[in-house]
Amino acid sequence: AAAREDKYSVLLPTYNERENLPLIVWLLVKYFNESGYNYEIIIIDDGSPDGTLEVAEQLQKIYGSNKILLRPREKKLGLGTAYIHGMKHASGNFVIIMDADLSHHPKFIPEFIEKQKEGDYDLVSGTRYRGNGGVYGWDLRRKLISRGANFLSQVLLRPGASDLTGSFRLYKKHVLESLVERCVSKGYVFQMEMIVRARQLNYTVGEVPISFVDRVYGESKLGGNEIVSFVKGLLTLFATT
Amino acid sequence: MTKLLQWLLGVSLVLTAWALVSFDLLELSLPPAYREMAWPMPLYLLVSFGCYSLATVGYRVATFNDCVDAAKELQVQIKEAKADLRKKGLKM
Repeated sequence: AAAREDKYSVLLPTYNERENLPLIVWLLVKYFNESGYNYEIIIIDDGSPDGTLEVAEQLQKIYGSNKILLRPREKKLGLGTAYIHGMKHASGNFVIIMDADLSHHPKFIPEFIEKQKEGDYDLVSGTRYRGNGGVYGWDLRRKLISRGANFLSQVLLRPGASDLTGSFRLYKKHVLESLVERCVSKGYVFQMEMIVRARQLNYTVGEVPISFVDRVYGESKLGGNEIVSFVKGLLTLFATT
Repeated sequence: MTKLLQWLLGVSLVLTAWALVSFDLLELSLPPAYREMAWPMPLYLLVSFGCYSLATVGYRVATFNDCVDAAKELQVQIKEAKADLRKKGLKM
């Protein structure tokens, strides 16, 4: 498709992001306007009790309902279904998924887009582990767990992508649609499964180094439960794909 | 073939080759030097892999980029964003 016909739909699943939502939207608008790419932002709020939806409605008034689309849901459901729900009314031919808590920075989106065009990639994955990608706000324990888990995933799954649990990605819309239907895992493993299935279906994967600024880690430590469920999920993928 | 099956296949092949040489199962009467070398191989491979894993993960943790500039830039932009949004009428 000619460049002028490309449109990028950004999916923002939110839960209790009243503070961060205006900021992430402001940054998205800034970088999309500066780069000139056509876009829309789809906010999928899962019934946040802190009034996130009300802030989203204000943003819609400020930026226009053709740029800010609201697809709220009643309660907290899974990420996979959030993507499906968000994509139903997406008018872009590309979809960008990212976190709404400012850990992912919209400044990388033009880089994702350029990378995608470079190799006509089916998906472009933001990686914290290659090039000048990295993180901010992680202590030694967190880094160790992250690298250890990633190493284990690489050995077991040989996925051809350096960052498997990352959730800052650009997909061709039809690719995301076909992958989300096939993926059954939850949490971190869901994002891993997406990449593994993408490789299975012979989709091409490009990578762009990103910086991940974790402002949440102090509050939500990575506990034993999450580690156990990660390993379970990894072993399931190992045995079934 | 799933990754699990690929691994099982690979491991079976390696162990078969090892057993053939170590226990001379095909009665090829290989020189003792071959058998002596082959015998501890599985253990050597496991230990080597263990060391490689530790070294690799250790190196990657040590060289994990700390994005201090990114965090600073974000703080600056947050201030800018809040001011601009207030002007545009957002009630926060």
